[in-house]
Amino acid sequence: MADKQEILSGLAEIVEEVAGVAQDDVSLEKSFVDDLDIDSLSMVEIAVQAEDKFGVKIPDDELANLKTVGDAVDYVSANAK
Amino acid sequence: MSNIDVVITGIGATTPLGGDVASTWEGLLAGRSGIRRIEADWVERFDLPVKIGATLAEDPAEKLPRVQARRLDRCEQIALIAARQAWADAGFQQPSDEHTDVDPDRLGVSIGTGIGGPLTLLAMDDLLEQDGIRKVSPLTVPMLMPNGPAAHVGIDLKARAGVHSPASACASGAEGIANGYQMIQNGRADVVVAGGAEACIHPITVAGFAQARTVSTRNDEPERASRPFDVDRDGFVLGEGAGAVVLERADRAKARGARIYGRLAGYGITSDAHHITGNHPEGIGQIAAMANAMTMAGLTSADIGHVNAHATSTVVGDIGEANAIRKAVGEHPVVTAPKSALGHLVGGAGAVEGILTLLAIHHGLVPPTLNLENLDPKIGLDVVAGEPRKVELTAALSNSFGFGGHNTALLFTGE
Repeated sequence: MADKQEILSGLAEIVEEVAGVAQDDVSLEKSFVDDLDIDSLSMVEIAVQAEDKFGVKIPDDELANLKTVGDAVDYVSANAK
Repeated sequence: MSNIDVVITGIGATTPLGGDVASTWEGLLAGRSGIRRIEADWVERFDLPVKIGATLAEDPAEKLPRVQARRLDRCEQIALIAARQAWADAGFQQPSDEHTDVDPDRLGVSIGTGIGGPLTLLAMDDLLEQDGIRKVSPLTVPMLMPNGPAAHVGIDLKARAGVHSPASACASGAEGIANGYQMIQNGRADVVVAGGAEACIHPITVAGFAQARTVSTRNDEPERASRPFDVDRDGFVLGEGAGAVVLERADRAKARGARIYGRLAGYGITSDAHHITGNHPEGIGQIAAMANAMTMAGLTSADIGHVNAHATSTVVGDIGEANAIRKAVGEHPVVTAPKSALGHLVGGAGAVEGILTLLAIHHGLVPPTLNLENLDPKIGLDVVAGEPRKVELTAALSNSFGFGGHNTALLFTGE
């Protein structure tokens, strides 16, 4: 199972691929919408790629609660098999 | 009838001859062809009888930032590229939140397309069937919708006076421009980015046109396949491309010292009420479209020195249009048929060809019709072949006639 640092860098790769945000800018305290300017459609894409990469399921109602990068890292860490 | 002078202050295009207007115009003058073998495995996989197409000279996905390009269908990509070129050409800066050169409430968009984003629709359907819903992009619908190209241009250039996307098959781009002109006449906008785009080269569209027996099968000589008005023509060649113009109130353009290419002096739009693909045999609608354009512009047929023909290289269509031109305008205009070099850009055709018509007046030069080796005796028009023709022009018509019987004639004049 990946540790939180690996999850963060894996997530940063996905965010850069989908939304063009530089990986270095994807830090734990950043809000996806307010700080990184990522819209809801891109969030869906990011979630699907994260599901594949980390072997987690991210249902839509859970996705709605993942406001910051840190929220997402915590979720993946808690739910990855 | 019209009381507001509308001029063109910017032009942009991406076509099978080049990634901008200059390379497209030069290619046309030099007698180059944008028609080639389609480089895709599906041509052989489906054993298609048509193996040629007019594919874009520059890949739009490489001209836009990667993240933006992946959110846009190919048709949206080229509409955006052409629109931005026209915008910059008009001397306007790319709008930002802090500054726009044109008041958004006085800026409109009118960009037509025949079919919108079928490449995305079909690709996503394939993914759904192969891999299930997870692979279907959340942007699928905004990418396939036909208003997508116009909408993205409106968002990019901050146009709040209304965004339109007329669809009339091969006349969509011309209608885009005519509709933009009308927005200014109606006082809805002072500036409109208008034009058309199409990117639909795919097994199903090629197969569909092939089954309708409307396209050339001269696969071994792609560059000679599109030959409007020539005795040996055997159908059109499907192409992809986009064209955009900045239409502006003449008084506004002059006040800011803009470079003015010419005037959009009028247009005529009629409908054949005849057949879903065939033109009316007597060409009444085509004749009326050209006549209406002249009436709107306050001109007569004697004033028209040049006609940029729709002429797609079909056996029947080219004759029908030639008859209509002789009746509406006469035998005197210098005629050219750019689909000979560009192929049929469908929704992009009316816009790109409108730009070429404007440039012919602006430069006093009519490009040759490629592959015109033996003019069909039934045509009876002065069609330029071989070398470009130098001719002083004050007014010219650009024709676009779409499947479904949509007839559009745009009338441009010098400044």
